[in-house]
Amino acid sequence: MEKYSLLREFADSWVLLALTLFLLGVFVWAFRPGSRSVHQDAANMIFRNEEKPGDIPPPSKEV
Amino acid sequence: MQGNRVKRCQGKPVGTKGRKMVDYFKLIALAGVFLFAAMGANFAHDLPYQVNAIEVMIAAAITFIYVIRNVDEEVHHDQGQYLDSVIRAGVIATAFWGIVGFLVGVVIAFQLAFPALNIDNVGGMLNFGRLRQLHTSAVIFAFGGNALIMSSFYVVQRTCAARLWGGNLAWFVFWGWQLMVVLAASSYVLGGTQGKEYAETVWYIDIWITVVWVAYLAVFVGTLVKRREPHIYVANWFYLSMILTVALLHLVNNAAVPVSIFSSISVPVYSGVQDAMVQWWYGHNAVGFFLTSGFLGMMYYFVPKQVERPVYSYKLSIIHFWSLTFMYIWAGPHHLHYTALPDWASTLGMVFSIMLWMPSWGGMINGLMTLSGAWDKLRTDPIVRMMVVAIGFYGMSTFEGPVMSIKAVNSLSHYTDWTIGHVHSGALGWNGMITFSVLYFLTPRLWNRERMYSDKLISWHFWLATIGIVLYAASMWVSGIMEGLMWREVDANGFLVNAFADTVAAKFPMNVVRGLGGGMFLTGALIMVYNLWMTVRGQPSRAAVYAGVPAE
Repeated sequence: MEKYSLLREFADSWVLLALTLFLLGVFVWAFRPGSRSVHQDAANMIFRNEEKPGDIPPPSKEV
Repeated sequence: MQGNRVKRCQGKPVGTKGRKMVDYFKLIALAGVFLFAAMGANFAHDLPYQVNAIEVMIAAAITFIYVIRNVDEEVHHDQGQYLDSVIRAGVIATAFWGIVGFLVGVVIAFQLAFPALNIDNVGGMLNFGRLRQLHTSAVIFAFGGNALIMSSFYVVQRTCAARLWGGNLAWFVFWGWQLMVVLAASSYVLGGTQGKEYAETVWYIDIWITVVWVAYLAVFVGTLVKRREPHIYVANWFYLSMILTVALLHLVNNAAVPVSIFSSISVPVYSGVQDAMVQWWYGHNAVGFFLTSGFLGMMYYFVPKQVERPVYSYKLSIIHFWSLTFMYIWAGPHHLHYTALPDWASTLGMVFSIMLWMPSWGGMINGLMTLSGAWDKLRTDPIVRMMVVAIGFYGMSTFEGPVMSIKAVNSLSHYTDWTIGHVHSGALGWNGMITFSVLYFLTPRLWNRERMYSDKLISWHFWLATIGIVLYAASMWVSGIMEGLMWREVDANGFLVNAFADTVAAKFPMNVVRGLGGGMFLTGALIMVYNLWMTVRGQPSRAAVYAGVPAE
C-alpha cells in the first residue's frame, strides 16, 4: 500500500505536470516559425511515389 | 526496365550457404512445432485445445512443405518496387472476413429476436453465447485487423518511398494473422474463452498474437527507418501508435497462468476490481487505438488521395494525434461507473472522456475540410461520399461516447442496448465505411485496373449500408432508453415495476429492426464483393472494348 501511495503521489504531481507540459510543448512545436513550408511539403508527400519507390536519392550511408 | 530493376536492387545478396542454413533451422523448428502439436492433440484436456492443436499441426505441415520446396530458390527482393502482393492478399482477406463477421452478426441479431434460432443438438456450438465472440472478433480483429495491416503496408511504402522491410516477413504477418483468426474462431464455437470482452482468445493464441504483432511492428518500423522521405507522414504516426499501444494493452491484459500446457484454461494474474480495471483499460483503448487511431491513419492518407488535395491542416493533424494519444489512455474507467472501482477513478475516466471530444472533433473537421473546394465530388464520386459518411459517423460516435460516459447518463444507458447501438454506429459507420472506401480505392490500383467495375453498385452499397446503420442505431436508441427506464421504474411503495423478462419482451420489435438493418449492411457488403470481383475479373475486357476509341 505504501508503494501505491508513493506512486500515486508521484503520478498526481510531477508526472502529470511533465505530461501536460510535453503535450503543450507539442502544440507550440507544431506552430514554430518556419514549420509552414515543412508541413506543406509533408502534406503533399502523398502525391509522390505512387507507383514506385521513386527517384529520391538514398541516404548517403547506403551508397 | 528490366535492366533498371536489377540495378536498383540494393539488398545485400545473402550467401546461398547462409540462406540454406536458415532454411534448415526453419524446417527443424517447424518439425518441432508439428511434433508438439501432435502431442497436444493427443494429451489435450479440452476440446478447443485439441482442435486448435490439430489446426496448428496442419499449418506447420503446410509451412514445412512450402519451405522445403523453396530451399534452393533464389530469393530476390527488388528494392525498386513496392511489395504489393501481400496487400492484394490483405484486400481479399479483409473482404472475406468482413462477410463472415457481418453474416454471424446478422445471425446473432435474429437469435436475440427469435430465441428458437439457437439451434439444439450441436453441443451449443451455434448458441448466441458462442457466436457472439465469433462475431466481435471476426469484425474487429479479422476484418478490421486485416484492413489495418494491409492499408498500413500500402501507406507506409508510399509515404516512405521504400519497399517493405524484412523481405517476406510481411507475408509471415499476413498468414500468421489468418492462422490466429482461424484458431480463435474454432476455439470460440467449441467454448474456449478467457471471459474478457474483446480479449476472449485463450492463452496460447495470445502468445501467437504477440509473435505476429512483433513481426508486424518490425516490418513497419523497419520500413520507416529506411524511408527516403525526410518526414514521417502523419498517417504513419497513427498506425505506429496503434501497433505500439495494442502490443502494450495485449501483454498487460492477457497476463495469465495456464493450468496446464495441454489445456486452454488459464488463471488471470489479477483479481477483483484490479482485473476489471485492467480489462477496461484494455477494452477502451482497443477501441481507441485499434479502431480509432489505426483507422484515422487510413483517413489521413486515403481521403486526401481520393479527393486529390492535401489534408486541410497538417498542424491540426499533429495536434489531433498527440491529444488523442494523451487522452484516450485514461478513459477506460468510464466502463465501470457505479461498481467497486473507486469513485475518483471513474470520475477521472469520465473527465478524460469528455476532454476527448475536442481532439476527436478536431480530427473530424480536418477530414471533412480536406474536401473544401472539392465538395462537388460528393455528387460525382461515390467513394468520396462513403468517406464523408464514415467521418460523419466518427464525429457522431465520438460525441455520443463522451455523453454516455457522464455518470448520470451512464446510470441510464449502461448495460442496455444503447451501448450496443453506440458501438455499432462507430464500428459500422466509421470503421466499416472507411474500410469499404479504402477497398474501393485500392482494388483498381493494386490489380492495375483503370477504375471500379461499377460506380452504380458502389452507390447501392453506400445507401444500403447507410440506411442499415441508421436502422440499427435508431432501434438500439429506442430499445436502450426504454430498457433503462423500465429497469429503474418503481411504484409508489418503492418496488420495481418491471421484471427483466418484461424488458426482453418489450424489445422484440426493435430487435427485429436491428436484424433488418444488419441484413441491409451485409447485403451492401456482398454487392461490394461482387463489384471488387468484377473489377479484377471483368475490367480487362472493358479496357479492350474502349481501346479503339480515340482520346479526343
